[in-house]
Amino acid sequence: MQTAETTRSSSTPPTDVADCIVLDSVSKLYGSFAALRNVTTSFCTGSCTVIFGENGAGKSTLLRVIAGLITPTRGTVTVFSGHPHQQRRRVAYMSHSPMLYDELTAMENLNYFSSLHRDGGCACVGNPEMALRAVGLDPKLNRPVGQYSQGMRQRTSLARVLQSDPEVLLLDEPFSNLDAASAKHMVELLADFRTWPVAPVNGVMGARTIVFTTHQSALAEPLADRTLTMRNGQIVESQPVETQISTSATEALG
Amino acid sequence: MEQRTPTLRGVAWLWFGLSTAVLAIGFRQAIFLVPTDAAQGNVGRIFYYHVPIAMLSLIFPYINFAASLFYLYWRRRDPLKALTADALALTTAEVTVVYSSICLLTGMLWGRATWGIWWTWDPRLTSMLLLWLLYVSYLMLRRFSSTGQTHTLAAVLSVFAAVDVPIVYMSIRWWRTQHPAPVFGGGPDSGVDPSMLPAFYWNLAGWTLWGICIVLFRFALERRRQLAEQEAALQAIEASLEIPQ
Amino acid sequence: MNYLRHVLDHLRKDLRLEWRSRDSLNGMLFFSLLVVVVFGLAFDPTSYPTVARQISGGILWVALLFASITALNQSWAREQRNNVLEAQRMAPSPASALFLGKAIANLLFVLVVEAVLAPIFIVFFNLHALGSIWLLALIMPLGTWALVVNGTFFAALGLRARNRELLLPLLLLPISLPALLAMVQATTGVLTGDLDPIQINTWIKQLLGYDIIFTTVCILLFETVLNAE
Repeated sequence: MQTAETTRSSSTPPTDVADCIVLDSVSKLYGSFAALRNVTTSFCTGSCTVIFGENGAGKSTLLRVIAGLITPTRGTVTVFSGHPHQQRRRVAYMSHSPMLYDELTAMENLNYFSSLHRDGGCACVGNPEMALRAVGLDPKLNRPVGQYSQGMRQRTSLARVLQSDPEVLLLDEPFSNLDAASAKHMVELLADFRTWPVAPVNGVMGARTIVFTTHQSALAEPLADRTLTMRNGQIVESQPVETQISTSATEALG
Repeated sequence: MEQRTPTLRGVAWLWFGLSTAVLAIGFRQAIFLVPTDAAQGNVGRIFYYHVPIAMLSLIFPYINFAASLFYLYWRRRDPLKALTADALALTTAEVTVVYSSICLLTGMLWGRATWGIWWTWDPRLTSMLLLWLLYVSYLMLRRFSSTGQTHTLAAVLSVFAAVDVPIVYMSIRWWRTQHPAPVFGGGPDSGVDPSMLPAFYWNLAGWTLWGICIVLFRFALERRRQLAEQEAALQAIEASLEIPQ
Repeated sequence: MNYLRHVLDHLRKDLRLEWRSRDSLNGMLFFSLLVVVVFGLAFDPTSYPTVARQISGGILWVALLFASITALNQSWAREQRNNVLEAQRMAPSPASALFLGKAIANLLFVLVVEAVLAPIFIVFFNLHALGSIWLLALIMPLGTWALVVNGTFFAALGLRARNRELLLPLLLLPISLPALLAMVQATTGVLTGDLDPIQINTWIKQLLGYDIIFTTVCILLFETVLNAE
């Protein structure tokens, strides 16, 4: 039905062409409702894919299957040639609900979540303060997240996923509650994120992979190098985005 | 659909017939042939039903526990086998509830006749009641939990129940007791008169056969339901593929 | 060591959340107070000090049991708001650390309730313990842990179920009955002074055994329950 496109923007560091996410005839049923139907696709390392589709087309389900939050009814998902459950350090997922504690401030939330990523004695994974500044929030803001506006929560949520320094970033509607300026800022940030260096794993240079869903194609197209369109739980179209180099995304917008 | 060969069907009917026949012999033995108990009179005959059923209602939970462990082991490795184990776990839990209900009811009737009270908070009675409660709550969980989770959560609860039963038994045991010591292997005073043994064994065999019989029937039913569900799922996936894109 | 650090992180977070809202503490306190008052009205314990001593162990634990059930549902509802639970499931830290952190937090909350409730209870029920009262310092935490560890686990198990408020007591009560028996017996033994110290010791040991066994089972199975779907 579709093949993995290996178009890659020239700005990402050269990597091996391996696909870091592979889905093989994945179906997910809720009762008799099929949220995903025989989805076969793959995402290559270092790519940035945007998924379009109407509400209920299965976009979120697809992301959650890759994140390992949902086990498919049929078919297999492989992330970094392993089960999605085993890749929690390398994959981050941001859903359209903020996944933050309302009673805590942004810094407390981020500190807590970065502590969950702590391995051994080192508490240095990610830097909450830098992540917050990157999304344009003041780390010293002493207000619980529950009192934030939708857009601020969304940005805090992005900071939460960025601070864990993931290799694969799964974003569900990252621009939905943002005003034009913040959305543009977020696109710039994601474009920048793709250029962040990755520590080589087993001697192979890593690269940042992004998969995200959105309705705002104008924002997404400069960033993405492949678009998937979903309808009724199936991928109906998969094509490379021809023109751009991802750094030009920022120029085009700026 | 699963192939249901005529031989399999024949064996099932044979088994059903056999268990009914053995139960009939057991009935004749227990009601007509065994001499009346000197102390309890005819009421004592309930022994031949109460004790075998009590023994069996302690055995089915083990099958449930084992099936649940297999389910948890196969859950990720081999989902189809896991489903089979889950069907067995559900079946044995249901039969456990049925048998322990009968055991409690016959026990109450017997208790009323010999002790003069319907119920007493004695170790064996309380632990049987708890066993009943645990497996009723197991069935409740299966009812309440959301569809995709049911199997796993039920298997987890079954492990808890299996761990709990011996603890219950031990903790209540030296709390207080009124119930007679276990009939077999319970000490020098226990044991039954040899004249009672044939009736007891016939009934034990009959209720075992009967229990296995309903487990198998219920299991086959549950498997059919699962297969039908899978069939429907497959159709849901395939039907959509024909939609023109 | 690292595992312990994760447990502490979760614990600190839960304490902070509770400190900011104080929902479950206030709820539990008032609820258990109401249960004590209702039982006090029903039995008139001040006129019958002996009866009061005999039944107050049971009443105390029943009050605490129901109060903690209200709080246990709360403690996971907190994780479910904003889908934080999914972030927890994605996190690389072990799932059982999350469970232990939360169970310890719940233990502390219920212990606070007990500390506040104890003097009220003594006043309302006109209690003079006849046994060695310091044993209660051992019985209360052990008994509370028995309730809270299974309660936290089953609250997580019923998290995505229909009727989850109803499901928790349905699952928790049958499993906790041996522990409930042990703690009521031990508490009554201390209050009335009737029970042999050796017997009280055995009850305490039994409670300890129950705690150890079920804490282990909970830790082993929590990952499965968290990721069941």
